[in-house]
Amino acid sequence: MSGGVDSAVAAARAHDAGHDVTGVHLALARNPQTYRTGARGCCTLEDSRDARRAADVIGIPFYVWDMADQFHANVVDDFVAEYAAGRTPNPCLRCNEKIKFEAVLDRAVALGFDAVVTGHHARLDGEGRLRRSVDEGKDQSYVLAVLTQGQLDRAVFPLGDSTKAQVREEAAARGLAVADKPDSHDICFIADGDTKGFLQRQLGDAPGDIVDGRTGERLGSHNGAYGYTIGQRKGLDLRVPAADGRPRYVLSITPVTNTVTVGPREDLEVGVVTASKVIWHGTSTPVECEVQLRAHGEVYPATVTVEDDTLTARLASPARGVAAGQAIVAYQRSDEGDVVLGSATITASAPLLTAHA
Amino acid sequence: MAYLDHAATTPMLDEALAAYVAAAREVGNPSSLHAAGRHARRLVEESRERIAAALGARPSEVIFTSGGTESDNLALKGIFWARRAGSLNRSRVVASAVEHHAVMDSADWLGAHEGAQLSWLPVDGTGRVDPAALAELIEAYGEEIAVISVQWANNEVGTVQPVAELARLAAQAGIPFHTDAVQALGQVPVDFATSGAAAMTVTGHKVGGPAGVGALLLGRDVNCTPLLHGGGQERDVRSGTLDTAGVAAFATAVEATVKSQAAYALRVGALRDELVDRVRAAVPDAILNGAPDDRLPGNAHFSFPGCEGDALLLLLDASGVCCSTGSACSAGVAQPSHVLLAMGADEDRARSSLRFTLGHTSTSADIDELLAALPGAVERARRATAWKTPR
Repeated sequence: MSGGVDSAVAAARAHDAGHDVTGVHLALARNPQTYRTGARGCCTLEDSRDARRAADVIGIPFYVWDMADQFHANVVDDFVAEYAAGRTPNPCLRCNEKIKFEAVLDRAVALGFDAVVTGHHARLDGEGRLRRSVDEGKDQSYVLAVLTQGQLDRAVFPLGDSTKAQVREEAAARGLAVADKPDSHDICFIADGDTKGFLQRQLGDAPGDIVDGRTGERLGSHNGAYGYTIGQRKGLDLRVPAADGRPRYVLSITPVTNTVTVGPREDLEVGVVTASKVIWHGTSTPVECEVQLRAHGEVYPATVTVEDDTLTARLASPARGVAAGQAIVAYQRSDEGDVVLGSATITASAPLLTAHA
Repeated sequence: MAYLDHAATTPMLDEALAAYVAAAREVGNPSSLHAAGRHARRLVEESRERIAAALGARPSEVIFTSGGTESDNLALKGIFWARRAGSLNRSRVVASAVEHHAVMDSADWLGAHEGAQLSWLPVDGTGRVDPAALAELIEAYGEEIAVISVQWANNEVGTVQPVAELARLAAQAGIPFHTDAVQALGQVPVDFATSGAAAMTVTGHKVGGPAGVGALLLGRDVNCTPLLHGGGQERDVRSGTLDTAGVAAFATAVEATVKSQAAYALRVGALRDELVDRVRAAVPDAILNGAPDDRLPGNAHFSFPGCEGDALLLLLDASGVCCSTGSACSAGVAQPSHVLLAMGADEDRARSSLRFTLGHTSTSADIDELLAALPGAVERARRATAWKTPR
């Protein structure tokens, strides 16, 4: 129970369903003051009190579990290391994988609990398959797709059939004071929302070159490649205009040479995505399906092949701004909520033209 | 439900509740001059006299406060300020390493904001302060010491401190000695005059009175600068309208528990021994913490190797058993107990500890309930410890 509205209503619904429910708030900050303050966080003293109050209203026991060390090792350190390696991690996904449905789940099961209930917006159908929420705008299946079938079998998502608006209404009707608490958006362990500044403090300055992807020409310099995201256009601060006068975008980041490569928009286009660390739920491949390449990103029709621990997706139309380190999640379209077929971590991408090379 | 957390708070005595309700029905501010005020004043002063008589103090030495935390803050800060006002060199605070946070954090605050030097008295493996250590500190710093504070008995492990001996050493050097007797009152004989202490903290809700009322017994010749300024109601050392009903109930509870202390200690001490024996039989590797003999009759404190105290508490709570890890919280996160660490326990042992405290309503049935739940809880908590290892 983060102290937000979703987990409070999820707990209330699980309790109403007749389960023996215990509320758990995760203390994730080694020093609670160092993480985000205010009402939007998931790790502040205020949030802990909000969660406790919600548990009181529901009428369930409430405990704070100290997961600060596990969170730091598996989420925060991983986040920094991934950026240092030129990739773009998703810490919420990692937290679901390693904290909520591993550290917490393992401890809970050992203590005699059957499952972990969360306020994620996603559905689990009768066959244990993960599906998108009815609220497509709030759907969180993308950051849950990393869970193995074993983890999903111990997960309960009571909110998947409701929209966020319905959840808020229900919270108000239940007398939960968190009903109108604002959503959290930013990364919870970056207090001021300044990811670049956070990485700079963690990784220090690492000056390097910005080069043109087609000519190899040096166009400028940077203070740390981790400050750039694939597809980024603003803030490149290039003094030399492109020959054709068109804007340039970050195409890739090469940690070995500490180089940021830029080029025109069409060079961002990707037709083939390769990924590793595959979680696949058994559908035989190749399979025609849809893939999503970042949280809340658009979906692309694709042909997905899984071989050993490698997933390859050939996109029917090009995608832009595909970053290594993000997850690729494959969905089978369905009117009862798109079904998650599997998930993997993007390692490489290639343009359409070389797709057959 | 088995309530085994009487050291946190204990049910109000019927007679204290009756005294509270009777007084709360009446109107009257004890500082008012009219008839209603005089009636309230009389009730407050009679209560003060009853508490003084029960605790071996003079009525004028009883300063009513909001409870243990305020009394400890007033003693530490107030006596420190008054002593330093007499001589700028007197800026050292001496306290034991196993004090309650109300004392410990007050001392730390004086260190951080008032330039106090701090000396922490070590304890042995049972949590007991060695008077020789205090004698050495007094020898080393003498006149520089503003105030000394050592609890009468420890709130976590129940060890009773050699208060009279410590107070005598302090008195010989002319240094005010404060003792937090919150846990000791009603459990062991507590007498302010014979203890030799200059100041002593007591509170209502640990002896069957209401929460929110307590007292600092402050020797008449001990200077103390106020924390709270205002009407100067309590000897000009503490301001604020007195809680007449709370004070009346507090006095009733103090009188009753002091009167029944010897019989209580026999009955509850025997129950506690039964609890200890049965826990040891059920969980043979459980370690009893604290002094084997010189401890509070209601206290049993164990380390359960391989368990997290937190996990045990959750599981016992789910089985209807209320107990405590006895450790402090920040954001609800249990820290390893500073008391256990000061006693030389490592962090794992400190984190694996659980406190069971009996009181005036405890019976053998409570122990039956605990023992029905404990072995299963210990087994599960041991399995849950594996989650600690990051993968």
